[in-house]
Amino acid sequence: MHKTNLTKILFVVPCVFALVMVILVPFFFGLYYSTTNWNGVSEDIKYIGFVHYQEVINQPDFLYSFLITIVFTVINVVLVNIVGFILALIVTANLRLRNFYRAGFFTPYLIGGIVLGYIWQFLFNSTLPALGKLIGIPLLQTSFLSHANTVIWAMSAVNTWQYAGYIMLIFVAAIQGIPPELMEAAMVDGAGYFRRTFKILIPMMANSFTISLFLTLTTSFKQFDMNFTLTRGGPATRFMGEPVKASQLLAMDIFNTAQANLMAEAQAKAVILFVALVIVSLIQVSVNRKKEVEL
Amino acid sequence: MKRGHPVWSVVSEILVFLVFVLFLVPFIMVVINSAKTSKDIIFDPLAMPADWGQLVTNVRLIFSNSTVHYANAFLDSTIITVLSLAVIVLFSAMCAWALERTKTRWSNLLYFAFVAAMVIPFQVLMFPLVRWMKVLGGFLHIQLLQSIPGIVFAYLGFGCPLSIFVFYGFIKNIPYELEESATIDGCSQARTFFQIVFPLLQPIIITVLILNGIWIWNDYLLPLLMLGSNGAVQTIPIAVTAFAGAYLKQWDLILTSALIAMLPIIVLYIFAQRYIIKGMVEGAVKG
Repeated sequence: MHKTNLTKILFVVPCVFALVMVILVPFFFGLYYSTTNWNGVSEDIKYIGFVHYQEVINQPDFLYSFLITIVFTVINVVLVNIVGFILALIVTANLRLRNFYRAGFFTPYLIGGIVLGYIWQFLFNSTLPALGKLIGIPLLQTSFLSHANTVIWAMSAVNTWQYAGYIMLIFVAAIQGIPPELMEAAMVDGAGYFRRTFKILIPMMANSFTISLFLTLTTSFKQFDMNFTLTRGGPATRFMGEPVKASQLLAMDIFNTAQANLMAEAQAKAVILFVALVIVSLIQVSVNRKKEVEL
Repeated sequence: MKRGHPVWSVVSEILVFLVFVLFLVPFIMVVINSAKTSKDIIFDPLAMPADWGQLVTNVRLIFSNSTVHYANAFLDSTIITVLSLAVIVLFSAMCAWALERTKTRWSNLLYFAFVAAMVIPFQVLMFPLVRWMKVLGGFLHIQLLQSIPGIVFAYLGFGCPLSIFVFYGFIKNIPYELEESATIDGCSQARTFFQIVFPLLQPIIITVLILNGIWIWNDYLLPLLMLGSNGAVQTIPIAVTAFAGAYLKQWDLILTSALIAMLPIIVLYIFAQRYIIKGMVEGAVKG
């Protein structure tokens, strides 16, 4: 009965057409453009080889962006998952308002990075300094966004606040899937709260950690919106003897490079981002799957 | 589970409540500062507003602003989101069904292409896409840049891989016998899909709607590149950035505009909370 017929061919046409036109063609053009002199203005696009790749990997601002993107990703994979896990424990505990809490913790995710970036810019630049003055803590009185060594942490705090609620939802689903008899049996056997959490709950949730780590890894690595409206890449700092933007993550570096009409160079950076992302996520998923089997 | 000691349970209730309030402080700050004048915010961003009437004044200022047309942006965002969701759901469901119910080398290859496309980050595609849409639009005599049909088409392309993947997994578990008996009764393939399969997809359609809806409504880069920051068609995130760019550091107006941008989602969330949470979880676990 599984025979291809005209109706089914017609059914796949719209999506296949969109896939080819919106993703596949631009993807292959993108690979090609990274090896050309494309500048967004001239229509005369010529192949020039891997010149941009060589340029880019020697550029302090690109290397710096790459480096802080990795730092940002590591911080966020750890923070978002830990906070998300704690939130999941809170909303699955025996609390009166747990459903209300669950809904509330997820709200930041719905708002989107652009609007959140402005809100937190206000919090970091106005509210926290005012609070610092009020209760007399000098540390709070200058904005965390104005120092090169605190800005990544400020961005991580916002990112964690935004994504922890989403990761929480995934963990909650996993926790609710664990048979309650298992936890009760451990309790009868005298296992304390922390022992139950670490020896039963976490191993039983292994599958959801693969998902949550993958999601936090890829979203942090590609972060743009919140970066764009919270810091715009600032403040300035120095790296390899050159002035660079202290909080300019890779996605924003690519965007700004293209804004300066260095289209081919931006494209080369984007291809590097793509390759790095594929390698990192393949490693993460395979390591996690192995861990899942062991547990 | 057993409840702990009563004192401990009261303490943990209070503790969690405080954590929750702290978590929501950013939203509280937006609301109280949207009801102040710029001077009041600089003077003390932590104070409660002296007069909540200022909130109405600020909202009026934003809607009557000449640089950014919020009402239009809201309308455009709604049209783009609704149209994109409609084509994504319809075409992805059709495609997933056709691919799942056909077992040939071609159907497997196509399915693999959709799954593989999910790995490609937007950053690699965005600039060539804009250039290509211009060329393609010229060739087809359709304006694809700075137009609603163009961006809806782009959203179909970016949204369909994950949606097909989610539908495919769901359709796999629908017994084939249902369709088989319909075919024997003389029902055409298209009618079988629309009258028998499509209604059965309802729970997963909600998941697909939520996943894509949150993304499209909040998306910034694709509208920025395809519609432009000052074009005739504007979405809410673009209006917010244009506004914040024009009124640098005027927090009374920026925060009020942020509040206006957030409000529709929050209201929708209050009414459709159960579906949104369920949709997000299923989307993540399956995707």
